[in-house]
Amino acid sequence: MTRAHSCEDAARRINDAIPGAAVDFDQTAVWIKPESILEAARLLKSDESFDFSFLNAVSAVDYIEYFELVYHLLSLRRNSSLVVKSRVPGRENLEVPSVCDVWRGADLQEREIWDLMGIHFEGHPNMKRILLWEGFPGHPLRKDFLG
Amino acid sequence: MMQDENLISHSPDLLLHQTTWELDRDEGEYVNHLKSTHTEALAEPLIEVPEEFDRNVAITSVDALINWGRKSAVWPLSFGLACCAFEMMASAMSRFDISRFGMEVFRPSPRQADLIIIAGTVTWKMAPAIERVYQQMAEPKWVISMGVCATSGGPYYGSYSVVPGVNHIIPVDVYVPGCPPRPDALLYGIMQLHEKIKRYSIQQGGR
Repeated sequence: MTRAHSCEDAARRINDAIPGAAVDFDQTAVWIKPESILEAARLLKSDESFDFSFLNAVSAVDYIEYFELVYHLLSLRRNSSLVVKSRVPGRENLEVPSVCDVWRGADLQEREIWDLMGIHFEGHPNMKRILLWEGFPGHPLRKDFLG
Repeated sequence: MMQDENLISHSPDLLLHQTTWELDRDEGEYVNHLKSTHTEALAEPLIEVPEEFDRNVAITSVDALINWGRKSAVWPLSFGLACCAFEMMASAMSRFDISRFGMEVFRPSPRQADLIIIAGTVTWKMAPAIERVYQQMAEPKWVISMGVCATSGGPYYGSYSVVPGVNHIIPVDVYVPGCPPRPDALLYGIMQLHEKIKRYSIQQGGR
């Protein structure tokens, strides 16, 4: 059975390494500033005591006031998991760093988030639509999309 | 060793999306063009026998021979879009046995196929491919719209990404309802198509 990594421990150690990166935590997840995502991802993957070598999924949720990115991480060696979230305020010209350099598996999922939610990932090698065609108006998974 | 200057995808300065961008833009433009121009459903191809040939015995018997040949070996295209494709495959297997109609040879190439069974949801992004495959088929050619998705969009009717019926893209001969239709239903649709093929006349240039 996979153990959940302590969110308190994760938040504290992320803040030790990158001051001010972790803004909040509860029983289920750690919240990180959007601009610190890439740094935090590097730490979570390379640090021996985290060792989150595998990214299960990246997804995004539209809460109308803000978007929330959800990263499900898994350490195969330590058999533990961690959920990292990030709140992106606003609705237009959203820009967050891509974690594609850290976990290659984020490639297609970040493209899907851009396609359907309209969050642009900076530093992604191939940032364009994946399911819909170029020239499609809008991002259909947003709550305010009336197709 | 010679370095190929044109091999841009290997250049470290160039991002992947820059090398494929033109393709994607062209595809998107074509999809948008299809979406804006194909707003009306195409008419079903109808059979019209000219009055002067209506009771011509000689023509009818030639017709009967040609149509018998055509209907006895309607080769379908191996083409499936969604779950309906599994029912289509099931009808090709021994239990339902489509080879009773001389149709067991699902062709991998549209050049060799007479029939395209649109088995599944047609999205706007797939529409250019379907149109092209249909155009690549040699005349005479027939289309069966299998399932409610291909027929009208079905549960996805009104979706931003689904074509409201494949007859917006290509003309359809027979519609098979169901979600998905059982192989029995598809076989019935195929037999209806056979009935239709039987009524063709060479006076209409093959159709």
